[in-house]
Amino acid sequence: MLTVLLILIPFIAGLIAFGLKGSGPKMLAMVASLATVATAIGAWCRLGTAPADLSFAANWIPQLGSQFKVGLDGMGMMLCLLTAIAFLLVFINIHNREYESSSSFYGLMLLSQAGLTGVFTAFDALQFYIFWELALIPVYFLCSLWGGEKRIAVTFKFFVYTFLGSLLMLVGIIYLYAQTPDHSFSWESFTTLHLGADQQNWLFWLFFVAFAIKMPVFPFHTWQPDTYEQSPTPVTMILSGIMVKMGLFGLIRWLLPVLPEGASMWTDVAIVLSIIGIIYASCIAMVQSDLKRLIAYSSIAHIGLMSAAIFSKTEQGMQGALLQMFNHGINIIGLWIIVEIIQQRLKVKNMDDLGGMAQKAPRMATFLVIISLANIGLPLTNGFVGEFLMFSGLFHYNHWFMAIAGLGIILAAVYTLNMIQKVMFGNTNALTDTTTDLQPGETLALSVVVAIILILGVYPKPILDLVSSTTAGVLKF
Amino acid sequence: MNALISTALSGVVLMFVGLFARNKQTIKFFAIAAIIIAFIANLVQYPSVELGSYTMFGMIEVSKFSVIFNAVALGSTLIYFLLSGSDFEKVGEHVADYFALIFFILAGISLASTFSNLLMLFLAIEIMSIPQYILAGSDKKNQKSNEASLKYFLMGCFSTGILLMGITLIYGSAGTFEISSLGLGAENVSPLALCGIILVAFALSFKVSAVPFHFWTPDVYDGSPTVFTSFMATVVKAGGFIAFVRLFHVGFNGGTISQHWMLILSIITALTLVLGNFTAVFQQSVKRMLAYSSIAQAGFMLFAVIAMNQMAAQGIILYAAAYSVATIGVFAVLMRMHDYTFEGFNGLAKKEPLLAFAVTVFLFSLAGIPITAGFFAKYFVLAAAIQQGHMLWLVILAVLCAAISVYYYFRVIIAMYFKQGTPVLEPVSGGFKAALILTVIIVLAMGIFPHLVIGCL
Repeated sequence: MLTVLLILIPFIAGLIAFGLKGSGPKMLAMVASLATVATAIGAWCRLGTAPADLSFAANWIPQLGSQFKVGLDGMGMMLCLLTAIAFLLVFINIHNREYESSSSFYGLMLLSQAGLTGVFTAFDALQFYIFWELALIPVYFLCSLWGGEKRIAVTFKFFVYTFLGSLLMLVGIIYLYAQTPDHSFSWESFTTLHLGADQQNWLFWLFFVAFAIKMPVFPFHTWQPDTYEQSPTPVTMILSGIMVKMGLFGLIRWLLPVLPEGASMWTDVAIVLSIIGIIYASCIAMVQSDLKRLIAYSSIAHIGLMSAAIFSKTEQGMQGALLQMFNHGINIIGLWIIVEIIQQRLKVKNMDDLGGMAQKAPRMATFLVIISLANIGLPLTNGFVGEFLMFSGLFHYNHWFMAIAGLGIILAAVYTLNMIQKVMFGNTNALTDTTTDLQPGETLALSVVVAIILILGVYPKPILDLVSSTTAGVLKF
Repeated sequence: MNALISTALSGVVLMFVGLFARNKQTIKFFAIAAIIIAFIANLVQYPSVELGSYTMFGMIEVSKFSVIFNAVALGSTLIYFLLSGSDFEKVGEHVADYFALIFFILAGISLASTFSNLLMLFLAIEIMSIPQYILAGSDKKNQKSNEASLKYFLMGCFSTGILLMGITLIYGSAGTFEISSLGLGAENVSPLALCGIILVAFALSFKVSAVPFHFWTPDVYDGSPTVFTSFMATVVKAGGFIAFVRLFHVGFNGGTISQHWMLILSIITALTLVLGNFTAVFQQSVKRMLAYSSIAQAGFMLFAVIAMNQMAAQGIILYAAAYSVATIGVFAVLMRMHDYTFEGFNGLAKKEPLLAFAVTVFLFSLAGIPITAGFFAKYFVLAAAIQQGHMLWLVILAVLCAAISVYYYFRVIIAMYFKQGTPVLEPVSGGFKAALILTVIIVLAMGIFPHLVIGCL
């Protein structure tokens, strides 16, 4: 039942938020996201003792054999927890910002949270598809209504891209459904299908394209930098912190178990695409002067590494990718929070206009440095553990792949340190002179981020234990 | 059967009501009452056919399938009357006659869903078409309306001729008009029968505006008074499809016969999808865009014809319901606007949030986005085609086209929500808003619980 609550709390709160006025929606969003975090932690405790309690199934469309079937395994739990924490961080960070027609803003944010949680908990393919789409629609409206100048064209491109991908996936789902002996959409029926290699061969692409667009993996990434740049920053946090994980999640939950042979046939192609993405995105990130675009490209590079590690199908690679999914979500939200603060104070996002902010805002500078170092995987930060595991998994699969992907780390250090230097250090200018340091809400949100970074950097065991069951499950197929 | 009788009678009664009623409001009231009676009369018949169908005089076969389809057609018409009934009087003087003509069309549709004899098919198609020629030209002083009517009439007559010729050839080969005992697939297919089937397929493709027989559609839909376009593009088209599905699933099935026409229909489907969607992208007027979108949607409904299984039968009914209700809804709002271009919708969300929200739900449904009726409609027809096998290329093409359709449907949403402007619209009454909310609820209910419609099939 707790799993259903995870979806229902934000969903109902979102609907109510549309009807509230003044600061009502803001308060409601905060309360609802706190309640979701509490529920998620409760579910985590339950997962160890009574995992069966977390599954819930009800007949939905009996004619089709489709059920409303939710449940939590290690990976689902980890991502639900990440979703709950991320939304809470976003709401804390923006609690003193004013948005035009805030009731719709918070309502849509909460609805997207419900959709995302639905994706991570679905164990019925049709239900998974429906939540996959539902998560997209509120985000589409959020970006188009509160985004930057070019928002309409950019978010439209984003929508059409992902919609096309998901339709291909729908064809794949229907095809698999038609093959199941009991005509069911359930995850169990899908994973026990064992289709022939020739079918898996092309079915792989129907699913992979959908997930690759969402992650995004080169060459399906072209929507991503524009969308991140044009979206309002709270939405960018959700997009890059959680929505991209939908693609990785899809790989582990659906693609690898359902089409194992198809996946092994195309492993090299998928890994090479991911690695091209790492190098390509890192190179572009080095020459970006726009802060938001820089982080967007760095995100492509990180996601590429995770996807390569998942396809390596080794235990370390899988564990590392799962851990890094959580870490990346936390770290990138931290980075976006700082970008949002800078943009809010100074109305610029070009690094050439900034400089010397460390003198005016020392606390912000400290936070930025820690989060950035975590982002490039310095030891003692959470990024290190994940990247180490992923590289070692990739190394087991193929030395050369690991060697080339490893270049990404060096490039990441180059653009990240360059960014810190341009934004925080150097001389102040007329604009940055006016900066003020963090406000309490912002400090709180960033402290939570940094705390998670340091704790998981030293002691990543809780998350690794949580997801180990998923890893073991996937590697069996 | 009940649907056929009640709609035909209602048509006659309404013509007399027109003679005596002084007030146009009364006529509308009568029409709504008549459609509700027909709807109930049709549903009352359901228990008698639940276990099996029955045939009357070798002409009509009443089955579960036909009863449910009639319920969808009559229900959609009820929604249409509720939303757009008061727009009838803006077209011209003879309001009662317009309503009567609509009822005659419905009688034709009830016949199209029940015919078991090729003669009845011909009658059904004609009863559906002739009132449409009149409705298309009902705006007498408007040249475009006259042109639409004449164009439709001439082209329609032509296709009727082809239909008759096809029926004759089939009769010559099979020796009977009974669709269930044509026996065309039993042995080698005779060239005569094959010609007949192809001619019938072409004539019916004309009626449902499938490419390359669609050329009349944009002009007729654009020229006709919008209130009648709304009906012609939805319920009537669904009626054409039901005849199509019945004839091909019952009559031209068995043996090797279906292989012969399946390829032709697959090509027609592919052309319809591609041309309908691509042309809709370039339209400047929402009304014309909807005309092309109706061609594109016909492409999806054709899947139900090609895939001959239980799922296709469910799919065509669900598709008919989803497509009709959503399109009627969009048209109802469109009729409130003064400017039919996309720019005319700019800023509607600020001025009339309810209308904008309703249109968004309807367009989501047309685009096939989950939790609206359109998603499961598309799901069923595509799943039927995949189950049938051998048509995966067509399914992938359809999916690509569905992604293109997002472009033109979302243009309206973008205009309403993300662009600034002051749309000019007629005053919106409370009753209209209530009917709109009801329609939205129906669309969402069918999208979450599709078995409400097809569960009893």
